[in-house]
Amino acid sequence: MRGSITLEELTVSFNGVRVLHGIDLAIGPGETLGLVGESGSGKSVTWLAALGLLPPKAKVSGRVMLNDRNLLDMPDSKLTGIRGGRIAMIFQDPVSALNPMLTVKRQIGETLALHRGLSGAAIKAEAKRLLDLVGIPDAERRLNAYPHEFSGGQNQRVMIAMALAGQPDLLVADEPTTALDVTIQAQILDLLALTQRETGMALVLISHDLGVVSQVCDRVAVMYAGRIVEEAPVERLFEHPAHPYSQGLMGSLPAIDGPRRRLTAIGGTVPDASSLPAGCSFAPRCAFAETQCHEQIPLLAGIGRDHSVACLVSEAQPSAAIRYSRQKEQRIEA
Amino acid sequence: MSASLLHARNIARSYELNRHIWGNASVVHAVSDVTLSVGRNETLGIVGESGSGKSTTGRLLLGLESPTRGSISFDGRPLPVIGSPEWRKSRTRMQMIYQDPLAALDRRLPIAKQMREPLDIHQAGNLQERETRVSELLRAVGLSDAVARRYPHELSGGQRQRVVLARALVTRPDLLVCDEPVSALDVSIQAQVVNLLSDLQAELGLAMIFISHDLRVVRQVSHRIAVMYLGRIVEEGEADDLFARPAHPYTRALVSAAPVPGTKLGGRIMLRGEPPNPANQPSGCAFHPRCSAAVARCKSEMPALAELGGGRKVSCHLAGSPSENQADPSPARTRVPLNPVEAASEDVA
Amino acid sequence: MKMSSLKAIGFRAVRSLVTLLLCVTLVFVILRAAGDPSEELLPPETPPDIRQEYRVQWGLDRPIVVQYLNFLSRVARGDLGESFASDLPATELVMRAIPKTILLGGSAFLLATLIGMSLGVTAALRHGTAVDRSLIAAAVLGYSMPVFFLGILLILVFALQLRVLPSSGSSSPVHLILPTITLALPLAGRVARFARTATLEVMGKPFIRTARAKGLGQLAVILGHALPNAMVPLLMFFGIEIGLILSGAVVTETIFAWPGLGRLLVDSVNMRDLPVVQAVILMITLIIVLSNLFVDILHALLDPKVSLARTLGGAG
Repeated sequence: MRGSITLEELTVSFNGVRVLHGIDLAIGPGETLGLVGESGSGKSVTWLAALGLLPPKAKVSGRVMLNDRNLLDMPDSKLTGIRGGRIAMIFQDPVSALNPMLTVKRQIGETLALHRGLSGAAIKAEAKRLLDLVGIPDAERRLNAYPHEFSGGQNQRVMIAMALAGQPDLLVADEPTTALDVTIQAQILDLLALTQRETGMALVLISHDLGVVSQVCDRVAVMYAGRIVEEAPVERLFEHPAHPYSQGLMGSLPAIDGPRRRLTAIGGTVPDASSLPAGCSFAPRCAFAETQCHEQIPLLAGIGRDHSVACLVSEAQPSAAIRYSRQKEQRIEA
Repeated sequence: MSASLLHARNIARSYELNRHIWGNASVVHAVSDVTLSVGRNETLGIVGESGSGKSTTGRLLLGLESPTRGSISFDGRPLPVIGSPEWRKSRTRMQMIYQDPLAALDRRLPIAKQMREPLDIHQAGNLQERETRVSELLRAVGLSDAVARRYPHELSGGQRQRVVLARALVTRPDLLVCDEPVSALDVSIQAQVVNLLSDLQAELGLAMIFISHDLRVVRQVSHRIAVMYLGRIVEEGEADDLFARPAHPYTRALVSAAPVPGTKLGGRIMLRGEPPNPANQPSGCAFHPRCSAAVARCKSEMPALAELGGGRKVSCHLAGSPSENQADPSPARTRVPLNPVEAASEDVA
Repeated sequence: MKMSSLKAIGFRAVRSLVTLLLCVTLVFVILRAAGDPSEELLPPETPPDIRQEYRVQWGLDRPIVVQYLNFLSRVARGDLGESFASDLPATELVMRAIPKTILLGGSAFLLATLIGMSLGVTAALRHGTAVDRSLIAAAVLGYSMPVFFLGILLILVFALQLRVLPSSGSSSPVHLILPTITLALPLAGRVARFARTATLEVMGKPFIRTARAKGLGQLAVILGHALPNAMVPLLMFFGIEIGLILSGAVVTETIFAWPGLGRLLVDSVNMRDLPVVQAVILMITLIIVLSNLFVDILHALLDPKVSLARTLGGAG
């Protein structure tokens, strides 16, 4: 039975510093959701927290609902049945995310034994089938190879095979292509999209790269300083970004073709989680900030079909990105 | 564009690997037969994937390593021998910026002190003048004087890269080589530094070499771009034109693979396999095992880098003029249907 | 076994031989550099003709290269001359002492590993807690205590005050207890500190997170994923520690009158019994080189990356 996964008011603190400020997200069966943000935005922490993979010092509250059960209330012994089984996760830099001392067969086999109850020859046959599926040539022979005998792209294929081994309802891919070369990156994204379509699992793609996310996902949530600031279908977000931060992100990206324009950089830097400004966290870097922005924290509110934004002043201004001026940028920097 | 300031002719660099008591040394050709030049007021971009030799090329051009073959001249004279007094003197005229600004800075010295260091070493002007120069530059890269007293770890990543840039400019260099200068930075910060680099290059009339794997960023800052694959330049041309009408199948694949925000995956050229190991290069055209348009000749014969006109050079047996390619899409232009098994069948095992 | 591992092992064996040869040469050079051995070995009042006869007998009048080659060939045959003190062959004295030292060193090693590993891993898994901090404190106390001080302390308490354990000799297993503890405690402290760092490092690696994300329980993660990775650095550490155990044994054996290599070394140095000193030093070298070779072989067998690492690291 496939169910949807809902995060409700998920918050995370490390040593009393709150890094995630109440995340609400829902992923339906077979959906593809992109989670975009810069370092420190909390995009990875959200899913590590949901799966109980953060170190013990992290304080997590809120709810992570899967079929009317809250994962956060589950004892670790129950949660292990969900991890890798119902929800699988793959990570950035596949070379270090795989155990260097164990063969690929052993690492895929663990998942097969845990979540599918396979053993012996059945593990070998299924592991080979999975390696074939993700495009590792000569799969049978390479079952006994170690991660260092594969290239970076192949290791990410192995990671995907390992994740698929548990036949998950949801695959969370955390920056799966960041450490890879451009042409390999395209191959891996293609593979992810393909397996997502074939297996019908839901996919969450976490990335700092708006381009990567829009290639695979239907819906995108933009995160900033531990909050979701905008959520919309991909096309909608790119045509009518409503949040000044989303607009800024798009203005920051150089184009590959067409006339060259000056990049509209967002001035300043991401605030430190331990000293967030009062009000909207983006206000100090925002060209449109008004007095209320420095006092009041905006809530995520719907502004159109499937489109919500957390901003007090925004009225979906498509041309806003261009309004960032160099003067503004310098004023904020100084 | 003025006459070239830096000119490299047929340079190559190889390394010996695997040397021990028994077993023969295997030779890795990191860079082979590269000819490049960059003039004042000009930015040359070098793009390529890992193993393409782009960083090695950068170090060779800067005289941090000597080429095993070929020659490099700077301002009309050959680069002095590494370690010689003339070489040390030449350092002030050419500077390098790396990917990791924290590693490039001395964490025990306050910013102003380490920025002044090159001036102290070369005894440029009196202390007052040096200090003025430092604070001028800090302002030029958009940092306040308060930063001068801080230590590297007290700054953010973007600020550190600005400091590295300011320090590189302190000796008024003629040439700046940037190796992945913004790759470690967040998107919004990346844009700040990219803008800054373009501005300073234009204001100071620098010759700049900008090395990156990111096509979008390279196009943004460069006047001309060279695309490298396995140690060779496979295509070179005017920046906007090169990516708009790529002539080499590899450039086409790169342009196609670069993720464009708001666009779905479909209709892209998906390259088979992965770049081969530089220690084990394919025969003929190094790209042929991954090229969907390859013919028998590509396997046996290495194509030369030939002029196509309009400042475009391409190294491909099948490339006509770039415009021709645009009008008549070659097989590589259509997307190879993805069969994962086939997709990786060319992998180096 | 993989061909590459065999090659790696072969390479290390050759390297061990080279190390041994260097050590033997060093011993030769140092002994010769100290002056004409006949000056050292014979009493000052020896008449010159007897001295000359001695020099001819031991080949000390021949060119230095010939002397060196002779020395090598004698070492290879295990002939290191006779002890001045007992007229027994030096080699035989050494062979008698070895089992005693191995017994003492081995049991100290086992005890230290047992204590150190369990404390170190426990501390790492409770990183940052009071348990962790007190275990670190105990470990620091352990390895910063000088062996001679610890030995004397133990003798004072258990042999002189409580009178429950013998303070010297080696006639029964009970005699082993105090020297073993003396030798083991500082080592246990070092093992604990190392095991803690190694565990902390491995548990912070991305692949541990992958293993947990797969749904493996804590125990399966530690035993199945962390331990195999911690083994290699631990092996390296033990390889280095063997030398330290031997040097600790010199002091321990002297304090407890334990008739092993260490005590033999100290006694023969005191008696200027040069052939024995030479034999002991060469034997200690041999033990260290062989145990490092053993560690290397284990490493090559355990670590799938060894052949690769060797290739990349050149002759390292």
